[in-house]
Amino acid sequence: MSAVKPAPRAVTPSRRRAARAAGRTGQYLALAAYLIFLGFPLLWLVSVSFKSPQELGSIDPTWLPRHPSLDNYRKAFDTQPLLRAALNSLLVAGCASVIAVAIAVPAAYVMVRYRTRVSQAGTVWILISQMFPFVLIVIPLFLVLKNLHLINSLTGLIVVYVVWNLPFSLWMLQGYVKAVPRSLEEAAAVDGAGRLRVLTGVVLPLLTPGLVATLMFSFVTAWNEFFFALVLLKTPEKQTMSVILTHFTGAEGAVDLGPLAAAAVCATLPTLLFFALLQRRLVGGMLAGAVKG
Amino acid sequence: MRAGFPRGPRRALALAAALLCLGPLAGCGSGSDDGVVHLDYLSLAWQQESVEANKALVEEWNETHPDVQVRYVQGSWDDVHDQLLTSFMGGEAPDIIHDDASDLTDFANGGYLADLTGYLPGGLRSDIPQESWDTTTYDGGIYGVPFLVEPRVLIANTRLLQESGVRIPTTEHPWTWEEFEEVSRTLTRDTDGDGERDTYGVAWSMKEPVTQSVNLSLSTGGRLFYREGDEDVIRYGAADASVAELINRQVNVDHTAPDSSLGMSGSDTLPGFFAGRYALLPLNFSYRQQVQQQAPDGFEWSVLPMPTGGGEYGLAQGVAPQTLSVAEDSDHKQAAVDFIAFLTRADHVVDLARGDWMLPTSTTALADPALNTGEYGWRTGVEIAAQLRPSPVLGVRGYPEWKDKVATPAFQEYYAGEFGVDELRDRLAGDGNRILDRYQR
Repeated sequence: MSAVKPAPRAVTPSRRRAARAAGRTGQYLALAAYLIFLGFPLLWLVSVSFKSPQELGSIDPTWLPRHPSLDNYRKAFDTQPLLRAALNSLLVAGCASVIAVAIAVPAAYVMVRYRTRVSQAGTVWILISQMFPFVLIVIPLFLVLKNLHLINSLTGLIVVYVVWNLPFSLWMLQGYVKAVPRSLEEAAAVDGAGRLRVLTGVVLPLLTPGLVATLMFSFVTAWNEFFFALVLLKTPEKQTMSVILTHFTGAEGAVDLGPLAAAAVCATLPTLLFFALLQRRLVGGMLAGAVKG
Repeated sequence: MRAGFPRGPRRALALAAALLCLGPLAGCGSGSDDGVVHLDYLSLAWQQESVEANKALVEEWNETHPDVQVRYVQGSWDDVHDQLLTSFMGGEAPDIIHDDASDLTDFANGGYLADLTGYLPGGLRSDIPQESWDTTTYDGGIYGVPFLVEPRVLIANTRLLQESGVRIPTTEHPWTWEEFEEVSRTLTRDTDGDGERDTYGVAWSMKEPVTQSVNLSLSTGGRLFYREGDEDVIRYGAADASVAELINRQVNVDHTAPDSSLGMSGSDTLPGFFAGRYALLPLNFSYRQQVQQQAPDGFEWSVLPMPTGGGEYGLAQGVAPQTLSVAEDSDHKQAAVDFIAFLTRADHVVDLARGDWMLPTSTTALADPALNTGEYGWRTGVEIAAQLRPSPVLGVRGYPEWKDKVATPAFQEYYAGEFGVDELRDRLAGDGNRILDRYQR
């Protein structure tokens, strides 16, 4: 006796539309939850920065400050040279990221387009260099910079950040260079363009999204870096934002939470702005890097 | 046709060039060829009043000593060890260094700190008790001036204490540890009758359990670290373990202390304290500043001495004072010590102590009326000061490694009820002595 299979129920267009709408709603809900998860620390930081010490000591914390006040910001700016520190960070991060990218572009191009033993060794070097912990190199680095009279100098810190950022910048840019079709370069060469002209006139414009992504990565890394800045800069006038933030903490976990939150908001804003300005190009860069030529 | 960069990269190059021009300018430092001695003072003051007091004193010094100019450099407690280690290795350490006595051992042994014995003025030597000098003395050399100290005290919710009818302890008649256990039981209450405790007698913040476990053991005649010949050894006998066992009992047997506070720092316990969930908080003396700042309007709190193990021990507890040291590499050691003597002058150190909400080690400063006030528990601290002892961990080589690798996890697990005191002893002394041996070979 053969089993009779039930006929599949026809899916009506209206049911399909409803399922699609439900799926879309679920997607948006998941996205909203993810955004809240990502944004929570920042939102909480902003909230704390406007709260009074009494409110911070409350056992029932609220999202919105009950009596919002700018006192924490006032205290943070009164006690620490935040503006000066922000300018120092801007200078150091700006210089370091631009220089690292300027060096990384031709280097990445050569490593991708000329597959020699040297370029392969370079790739291995990039990987190895990422394995060294800060503490292992900081004392030798300190001695080298001392001999070069670059201790307690923003120039010295820029040099360190360029070297520190260079391997990953190279790694990132190699992916973008690979995505540029070689045929475009060959076409330019056929039209009489030299190697430099090909690089600057053909490859670089196509690399713009990758440049922006790499620049942003280098900038944020240098902006947030703490340990090198701590040990290399001595005078208060030269200290960067990440170092100044630690001045709001005491021994054994004691912390001046309100002013610290206010200073941390100030330290976060430039990177947020930088990201907001460049994010469209960054997304474009990611897509460009993901597509094979 | 000239090969050129597209617009974007060309602009980026211009920006890089401009920033590079600014870089060296920003890196310029002031010269010191003017015959004036320039000293760097690394200060770890962090509370606003303390930073202001320090800066005001530096300014006053610079005005009155045109030939020795001091530059105020602010550091951070979190990273001072790494910062100093790198600076010492590179020969670029600040001349005058603010730190705490527990951090000096390795630096003094490494030869990075100057022996101040021949530089200190007699007045300063005699004004600070020998107990305090002992905290910075290694192998006969003095490697720092101990100038501020903070004992552990009990911060109490005054209303809950009064309502419970328990005896209020004083420095002359403190609670014994047994009495403290009983008081904690009395203060622990289920006010709404739902079977859940609404108020705990005490909240032990044990995020960093080692220092307080070791230092409070002095109140029962313990000390964990003993000197045998030329070597430090760890023993964990009944007297050493007495306070730790009491804490364990309160958390895991009596439930007069919540287990939720074991992972907290002192600051984390304050909201619960203000809300009446905890009646007593064992905290460092300087936490009074946060309590005063964060307490809701009308909230009454008081400062009580820690309990004692008995009359023979008094209010003894271990402390590691804050110190001022001079780098061995400094070319102007006498000038640096003169500045330290200026900072620690009785009237000046009172300002620093008040700024940090700590106690001065100077006996003259301790007698200052500004500190002998009932307000915010200052007087309780002053009365305890004479009974403070050097923390047993001071001068022990290998202590930081023992603390991080052995003692911190062992105490945390013990207080959480993971194992008993025998296992704790095996870990602290067994594993610990192997670490100390390595440093003492």
